[in-house]
Formats: sequence, structure tokens, C-alpha cells
Amino acid sequence: MSIGVIDIGIGNLGSLRNALYSQGWDTLPVRTPDDFCDISHLILPGVGSFAAAMQRLSKTALLEQIRNFASSGKPILGICLGMQLLAEFGSEGGKIEGLGLVPGRVDPLSVADLRLPHVGWNNAHQSQKHPVLDGIRDDVDFYFVHSYRFFTDDTSSVIAQTEYGETFPSIVGKSNVIGTQFHPEKSQANGLRLLDNFCLWDGKC
Amino acid sequence: MLKRRIIPIELLSEGRLIKTRSFGCARDVGDPVKSSKVYSDQDADELVLLNIDRNGQQIEQLVSAVARIAEHCFVPLTAGGGIRNVSDAARLFEAGADKVLINTAAYSNALLIGEISEHYGRQAIVVGIDVRNESGKYVLYSNCGRNREAPSLEDHISVVVAAGAGEILLQRIEFDGVMQGYDLDLLQRAVQVSPVPLIAAAGAGHFLHLKEAFDVGVDGAACGSLFNFGDNNPLRAKAFLKNYGIPLKRV
Repeated sequence: MSIGVIDIGIGNLGSLRNALYSQGWDTLPVRTPDDFCDISHLILPGVGSFAAAMQRLSKTALLEQIRNFASSGKPILGICLGMQLLAEFGSEGGKIEGLGLVPGRVDPLSVADLRLPHVGWNNAHQSQKHPVLDGIRDDVDFYFVHSYRFFTDDTSSVIAQTEYGETFPSIVGKSNVIGTQFHPEKSQANGLRLLDNFCLWDGKC
Repeated sequence: MLKRRIIPIELLSEGRLIKTRSFGCARDVGDPVKSSKVYSDQDADELVLLNIDRNGQQIEQLVSAVARIAEHCFVPLTAGGGIRNVSDAARLFEAGADKVLINTAAYSNALLIGEISEHYGRQAIVVGIDVRNESGKYVLYSNCGRNREAPSLEDHISVVVAAGAGEILLQRIEFDGVMQGYDLDLLQRAVQVSPVPLIAAAGAGHFLHLKEAFDVGVDGAACGSLFNFGDNNPLRAKAFLKNYGIPLKRV
């Protein structure tokens, strides 16, 4: 049983690997469709743009594999851009189709005169219980870096919300799929707890 | 709500952490990896690691320290000291830095700020500004306080922000390690003109000094001596500041 981490050559996976390792989990980089054979959990990290990431996933033939992995019921965690990719559509770089694992779309944050990107520690208000939040108190802070936000009409897939200029979903989830807008690997004890909870999760809510 | 930040600042020299006074009189204050791990566990909001050696090997030394720190430290990490080009910055990001800090290169090559900002995002580039007060006038210095620079504080801030800087770390050189409080007038002047988050450095010797800086309007307060000497740490600082209603990270 290994934790697979999608590695499409954008962004540094070292922090995530170190964070999981500190909790006793070994990770396996997932670069080709064959890499899916040995993994029980999949993490989709990400920095960069929605369009570039989707293009990279389809070029490396990982797109279908991720969807298959999701329909097998095994747990998937999206982090930051990886969370946004779970949506049906993104508007960063034109209207782009996402993975479609959580209903919703991704639009720019609209924050009036506040600064973008939204960077720093901000609290996540939990709107429902979820196994990955086990032992994590409501309204604790996590570390955010982003300019785009998840938008969904399906309130049942909003697990936690955060406020910066407007209220946006900071954790979304649907059955065995979960995504965090913040970076758990940079969010100290609560972030590490969330990652550990994910690795222990069977994908059922 | 976005929180104010408490940021231990660590100075690296020959593989050890040191603490200076007014940029001189260095004292050994420990091991970079152990100290960073302790700060990370004590709920510091991020860490700043600056290499003050200029021996041609400073990037190698910094990359090696960052890589070792990143294994144990699960908060955002800023690294700087001797960065001259994008490939220096790239090596630090690869080693695990979340942000890089440049100071000297911001005067001679403002384009570098833009290049780093374009590749890694605006939030990943911090510009450090070191200032002396000379006969009542603020004068900027680069190269660890050695070279006098011409631009005024206000002009330099506007140039680096226009170039793509995401954050400013501002310190008054004479106040470094003196523990008598930040230069609040200097911070005030910068807060008024800076459209990006401002981090105060140099001078904290008491938790009340952090409150004074936050009252002026800075986003982050960096502390060296405060945490190096005496029984102080980020946890205790936060417990103190909570009494004043300052918004801080909840854990």
C-alpha cells in the first residue's frame, strides 16, 4: 500500500513528500499510467495554471487513469491547484474542462481592494464533518497561496469555507474525492494531521 | 480572516546560526536544522533563513541548509543571501524554499525580481531593505550593510513592487540585535507607501515590541534575538499578543 503523488514535472513535490514521510507514509511518484498499479491513495498536488496542468495530464495519459482510480472508490486528495482540477471547468486560460470529480467550476477570486494572490494563514470553517478532518478543530488556520477559487452550487460538496474578500470553499469533497485549497504540507500540525487522516481513509464518508 | 505573522529570522554563517548586533559582533546561536524544527513545532508562522557569508559558496551553503531544514519544517520558508540570478533562486525553490529574499540584486538588477515573480509567482519573492539613519535621514544599504545606495526608501519600494516583489522585509541596521524595539517611524513610512505586505525586522526584545509593530500596520514581525536569548518562543509571543486582540493563527 503506497501513497501515489501525481508528478507531471511542475512544482516541487519535496515538501509534500517530507510531510507525508514525517507521518510514516512512503510516497510513489505517479508519472505514467503503469504507476497506478501499486497505489492505494492518490494525491494530486499542483502549482501553475489550470490549463497547463490539464494539458499535461492528458498528454501523459494520466487523465483517464485518474478518473478510473476515482470510480474505483479509492481515496483521492487534490491540493491547491490539484483541488481546483477536480472541478468540471476552469476559467484560467480560457474555459477548460477539468477532471469533473466534484461538481463546480474555478473562477478568479473577487476581493475588491484586497491583495491578490491570497497568501498566508487563514481559518477554515467546517460546514460538515469529514474523516480527513478527524481531530482537527473548527476554524483553525491553514496556509493559503492562490488567486483562483472553487465555485459550486452543490452545497453538499462544500466541507469547509474560508473568507477573504468573499467566502469560498476551502475544502470540497464528493464520496471518495477530497480537495483542499490550502497547503496541508505547509500548515504545521493541523496540516500533517489532515494528510495522515487522508492516508488512513478508506474513501467512505 | 488573514492573520498577522510571527517570523523567526535565522542568520546562517559557515553552516551555523549566528546572531549579530548592528550587523557586526556575531555570536553562535545554534544549529540551523534543529532551530528550524523547534520553531516549526512552536507554531512560528514562517521562517526566514539568510546566509550572511559572501565567499562565492553562499548559494551552495544555503541550498544545503534549506534542503535539510525542509525535511523537518512544515511552515513556509524564505531563503536569501547572495542570490544573483534566476538559477540561484531556482536551486533554492527546488531545495524546498517557498520564497526567496533578495536585497543587493534589487538595486543593480530589478529585472531579476520580475523574472523570479513570473516563474514562481509574486508571493515567492521578498525584497529585503536595510536602512541606516544618518543625521536624521534614512539611507539604504546593500551587501549586508556595506554599500550605500542612492534611492530613497519610498522610491526603492515603488521600484521593487512595480518590478514584481510580493513582500518587503525592512530593517534598521543599527537596531539589529539591540532588542530595544523596532524603528516604528521607519515602519510607518514604509507602511504608508507599500502596496505589498511588510515584515518588520531588527529590534524586537520584548513581546510588546511586536504589538507596537503590528499597531503601525505591518503584516509580519521578524524576531532574532528575542527568540535566541531568554525564555521566549513564538508560542509565548502569541499567548501575550492574544490579549491585545491581534489576529493570529489558531491551531
